[in-house]
Amino acid sequence: MSLIKNLAVTTALTAAMFALAAPAQAQTRIALLVKSLGNGFFEAANAGAQEAAEELGDVEIIYTGPTEPTAEAQIEVINSLIAQQVDAIAISANDPDAVVPALQRAMERGITVISWDSGVAPEGRAMHLNPSSNELIGSTIIRLAADHLPDGGQVAILSATATATNQNIWIEEARKVLPDYPGIDLVTVVYGDDLSDKSYREAQGLIQSYPDLDAIIAPTTVGIVAAAQAVTDAGKIGEINVTGLALPSEMAGHIASGASESFAIWNPIDLGYSATYIAYELATGAATANEGDTIPIGRVGEVTIGENGEAAMSEPFTYDASNIDEFKNIF
Amino acid sequence: MKPGTLLRHRELILVFAIVVLVALIALRFPAFILPRNLIRVFDDTAILAMLALGQMLVILTRCIDLSMAANLALCGMVVAMLNAAFPDIPIPLLIVAGMGLGAALGAANGLLVWKLDMPSIVVTLGTMTIFRGAIFLLAGGQWINAHQMSDSFKALPRNVFLELPVSTWITVAVIGLFALLMGRTPLGRAFYAVGVNPTASVYTGIDVGRTRFFAFTIAGMVSGLAGYLWVARYAVAYVDIAGGFELSIIAACVIGGVSIAGGIGTVAGAVLGALFLGVVNNALPVINVSPFAQMAISGAVIVIAVIFNARNERKRGRIILKKAEAEARA
Repeated sequence: MSLIKNLAVTTALTAAMFALAAPAQAQTRIALLVKSLGNGFFEAANAGAQEAAEELGDVEIIYTGPTEPTAEAQIEVINSLIAQQVDAIAISANDPDAVVPALQRAMERGITVISWDSGVAPEGRAMHLNPSSNELIGSTIIRLAADHLPDGGQVAILSATATATNQNIWIEEARKVLPDYPGIDLVTVVYGDDLSDKSYREAQGLIQSYPDLDAIIAPTTVGIVAAAQAVTDAGKIGEINVTGLALPSEMAGHIASGASESFAIWNPIDLGYSATYIAYELATGAATANEGDTIPIGRVGEVTIGENGEAAMSEPFTYDASNIDEFKNIF
Repeated sequence: MKPGTLLRHRELILVFAIVVLVALIALRFPAFILPRNLIRVFDDTAILAMLALGQMLVILTRCIDLSMAANLALCGMVVAMLNAAFPDIPIPLLIVAGMGLGAALGAANGLLVWKLDMPSIVVTLGTMTIFRGAIFLLAGGQWINAHQMSDSFKALPRNVFLELPVSTWITVAVIGLFALLMGRTPLGRAFYAVGVNPTASVYTGIDVGRTRFFAFTIAGMVSGLAGYLWVARYAVAYVDIAGGFELSIIAACVIGGVSIAGGIGTVAGAVLGALFLGVVNNALPVINVSPFAQMAISGAVIVIAVIFNARNERKRGRIILKKAEAEARA
């Protein structure tokens, strides 16, 4: 009895859903599949996706994700998206490999799959959108310091550990662009090991060793927060500008105090916006994702597909006193 | 030579070592010996010094507490979250809450060691991970950032009172209380007795387990206090704060002449050990040595201190059959 009743209800519901979905079939339906719902970062990405959908016109965004950030829960959502016959899935994956079989099933059924933010192995998607690239990050961190030093000056880098691969690559890329900023003198690179106390002491050491220091660049969140605090405690606000890579929530207090003029990190709104554009272009066949292909992404510009089907969106987004309040509650 | 004079001797050596170290640093970086900078170095060492004193109690009783840094982080996070949610709670009350929580966490360690007779290294290795996990669950992996903390919360340790920051004064008070505890109370003497000879302690009426319980509880309370100071000082709280700091605490004790085997150690020694590490930590950034050399230097200092300790603690065997030995040889 109850089985029959259930079946009847399910059939009725399914029919209703199809009936509701029917007029939307003309549209391109893009699922923005995030790691978990209720995360400010992804809510912001959704805002960007909605913005892109409005610009593109005939796009419906299905913002979805599991309640728990696990690969298993995400696979269930992928299966339900396949059942809904969406046109494209743009995923920020909880696991690069575990979701591959489910995504391959989706692609077999003609669904365009791309990954963004947190990538999927190449066999599970058409392309992956990185928020930025090492070159862009390296040049950005120097520009952040140089922006506030029109007459040049001394800058020092406070990194994480001396063996941190990504940090060292960014610092190397930063050194490459130094000749473009003739007045900027990179005096030293010190290592705070991503520990608050050691980073704080290293920043104090910089303040003491280089009395004319104008900026401390910390491309690591623990380091930039510790350096900002050290500059505040040394009474050097206004003399030494602390900048680098950090999340807006972590730096809001130090932007307000003036210890930091500006810093950078990816902008989740732009990321959701760009992922939507790319998913749309690929799903409608307006673009392809072979190595070397270029895909336009509205106001953000364009991306070029590189090795392993990966592309870098843009240089990190700069946050300062003008926009920090908008973003500090997002991520 | 009585052990007492030997230890006092040892502290003099440590004072001498610190003075020589500071002088050497000053040769390369003269500004290091400015009084203002020395105050800064002492203030930077304040947290380590009080934690080393707490750890000393535990080590004296032949135990070890690996969970102090995690305890610090958990109490710091709780205090920071309370401040972020209820900025109107007076800061002294928050500090008392932090110390209470720290003492409770320390007491949990102590109870496991006392009632279940478990080895302290295993107990605290476990609770260390549990505390870190608890922070993650509590905060959901989120940071408590500078703008979420009230100004008075961040300002208290930095406020200057009679030329010195309040955090330095708090440490001075903690050192004073420890000196009283160790020298003037039965509990203080019991820590030594339990460490020197647990069996004999039982015969004199000292409950070994209970003494250890108090050592862990006091160490926990100090961790709670340090938790507030840490979070206020660096104006940020997250899961990994003070990660690996438990080893610095133990290193400070060892350098200060606290014997890992238990029973030997003084308040002055532990504080000087912390100060020695503090001077090294603050000097390395200004004397311009490579980060890899820094690690090697920090490590070498600890090993040298341990070698020194081992030599001092080696007990001379007593010849009890001198005459027979002489006859046998003849």
